[in-house]
Parts: sequence; C-alpha cells; structure tokens
Amino acid sequence: MTIYSRIAGTGSCLPAQTLTNHDLAQRIETNDEWIVSRTGIRERRIAAETELTSDLAVKAVEAAIEAAGVSRDEIDLLILATTTPDQIFPSTACIVQQKLGAHGFPAFDVQAVCAGFIYGLTIADQFIRSGGAKCAVVVGAEVISHILDWTDRGTCILFGDGAGAVVLKASDEPGILATRVHADGRYKDILNVPGKVRNGAIDGSPWVYMDGSAVFKFAVRALADVAEETLNAAGMEKADLDWLVPHQANLRIIESTAKHLHLPMDKVIVTLDKHGNTSAASIPLALDEGVRSGRIQRGQSVMLEGIGGGFAWGGALLRY
Amino acid sequence: MEQIEQRVKKIVAEQLGVPETDVKTESSFVNDLGADSLDTVELVMALEEEFECEIPDEEAEKITTVQQAIDYVSAHLK
Repeated sequence: MTIYSRIAGTGSCLPAQTLTNHDLAQRIETNDEWIVSRTGIRERRIAAETELTSDLAVKAVEAAIEAAGVSRDEIDLLILATTTPDQIFPSTACIVQQKLGAHGFPAFDVQAVCAGFIYGLTIADQFIRSGGAKCAVVVGAEVISHILDWTDRGTCILFGDGAGAVVLKASDEPGILATRVHADGRYKDILNVPGKVRNGAIDGSPWVYMDGSAVFKFAVRALADVAEETLNAAGMEKADLDWLVPHQANLRIIESTAKHLHLPMDKVIVTLDKHGNTSAASIPLALDEGVRSGRIQRGQSVMLEGIGGGFAWGGALLRY
Repeated sequence: MEQIEQRVKKIVAEQLGVPETDVKTESSFVNDLGADSLDTVELVMALEEEFECEIPDEEAEKITTVQQAIDYVSAHLK
C-alpha cells in the first residue's frame, strides 16, 4: 500500500506591531505609492524587541497542531525553515522543541531562504512516504527585520516577520502529489547577507543585499518552469489547479506566475499587501490564510511555490 | 526590418500598457512611456521571448528607447 503525506492542519503567527508604508515614509525617503506600485506591499509586521524566530514558530506550530487535532506526543519529526535562526546553534528547531515541551524525535533547521518551506515540506514528505515518520511538523519562521538595513530603502520596505506551520500526517490518500526543488549556486551573489561570525565579531555586511532587477528576472522564469515541472510530475494540467499559494515577494512576480498558469488572480492567495515578504514563513502563512478564510477547501488542488537566495526554488502540488 | 519595428512596438505597447500609437521609435521607456525599473526588466524578457534571443544584463541596461530595442534585435536576430 502506498503511503502519502497529507496536510492535517495549518497554523500561523504574526507579531503584534504593524509597520505601514506611511510609517516607513517618516523614516526614509520613500512613499506609499512607490512601494505599492512596484511591490504590492502596504504594511508588514515587525517582531517585538524580545521576540525571536522560535517564539513565532512555537505559536504557529501550536495553532497547526490544534487545527490538525493531534497531540504533541504524536509528533515524530520537526523541520524548521529559517534564514534568521535564534542563534548560530543549536538549531531553532531544537529550541522550538524545548519551548513546545515535546522532544525526542528528530528536529532540524533547513536553510533555503525563501524556498525553505518548500524544501522542508519536500523532506517531510519523503520521511513519511518512506515510513520514517507518521506525524511531521514543518514550520517556516523568520524575524527578518533583524537583518535589514533600515536606511536602505531598496530592501527594508520589502520584508516582514512571521511564522506559518503545517502538520503532515501519513495517509492512504494523497495528500502531497508531487514536489520539485532546485538550486543554482551560480546566482549566490544577487541576493544574500554576506556577513559571517568570526573571531568574536561580524566579518562583512550583516544586512540583506539584493540586485532587484536580476532577482526579478530569475524568479519569473524559474517559478514558471518549476510550476509546470511539478504539474507534469503529478500528471496534471494547468486547468486542474484550484489554487496557487505563491511565495509572497512581489505582486508582479506573483501575477506573472498566475498568468503563466492561466489562473485568474482570485485563485491566488495574496497576503503580501499585509505581511510583506516573510521569507520562509510566507508560503505557510498564506496557506493558513487561504484555509482559515474558507477559500481553500478539502479536496481542492493547491500549488505552492517559492524562490529565494541561493538561488533555491521549488514547487509542491497537493490535494488539500 | 519594418516587420521587426512593428513587432517591437507591439510588445512595448502591451508590456507598458500604452496605446500602440503612442509608441514612437524615439520614445524612451522611462521618460516618455512611464516605465519603472521592473517594467523595463519585463520588457526585455518579452523581447527575448518574442525574438528567441538572450539579452545579457549589461546589454539590457543600454536599451532605453524603442529604437535601441529595434537595433539590438535586428543585430542579434538569428
């Protein structure tokens, strides 16, 4: 009998503090119209001074566990995707275990920047299909505000903090139909934080750097290709898709992907206007929003896809 | 040659959402047709697709008018 992994529940957590485009215009030379027309972002959430990635992650995981109707004891795998771990080590996944009060099972971080959740979901799906896990938690969580240069109007306007999680359970029925992940390290320099901790200090810039035009061009092409590849892997057509839940980086990239998939924008979950780009958290945050708003229904087909620094990108097609 | 000019103008009009009659050979994407930085990236991608060619980033930066786009495509068309 074939084992599939199926999303049993979703959850998310956003920090309380909202930072609007108008707030940003008070600090740096920018304005709401400029930001909205180029990105689609109107506001984003920013973590409190003491709030760390693990704090947001735990709340998202608790919400997902509750939605899935499982107990903490049933969890047998935890994968956390982040670019902003609480500390260099141990992994934020282990810190989440401690805060959640659930331990013993494998827990580790995945670093694929904005594609991290797709990578994590792919790994968890493989664990479950091979019989290595029965109830996996995959969480994407970021406090990306910690690595933003708030004087660089080209990058600081784009991002926000948050966390989203899913509980994946082994099932006789799909579930996740296909996943595809890719990376191309030749593009490592167009989007990165080059700094490294060395000899007791940060060596190099600790802020996000981005060559916007190059990233835009790469993202549009790669996302169109991987969406098609993932559909083919599942033996499905563009017309079979009910929903697109894309990484929320830029509305114009999302619109381009939707157009390629022949999907009208009312079949695309967009949270970017309220959340900004929350990196590894954006896809599970948008998925949770789609589910809790009643738009994504059980049995519908959903394409998740994301791309980020590396470059790393991927798609996951599932029947919710 | 004329056919290339028409195809380029049509793509420019579509990508930038302006009437084709507003697209002159001397038009600047940014100054005359209201393009922003992402529009120009999308425009270059649409030209690459239409004419099945690859426009390297350092070349793309120099294409700022309709005429420059026509010249580039004409010179590099296979």
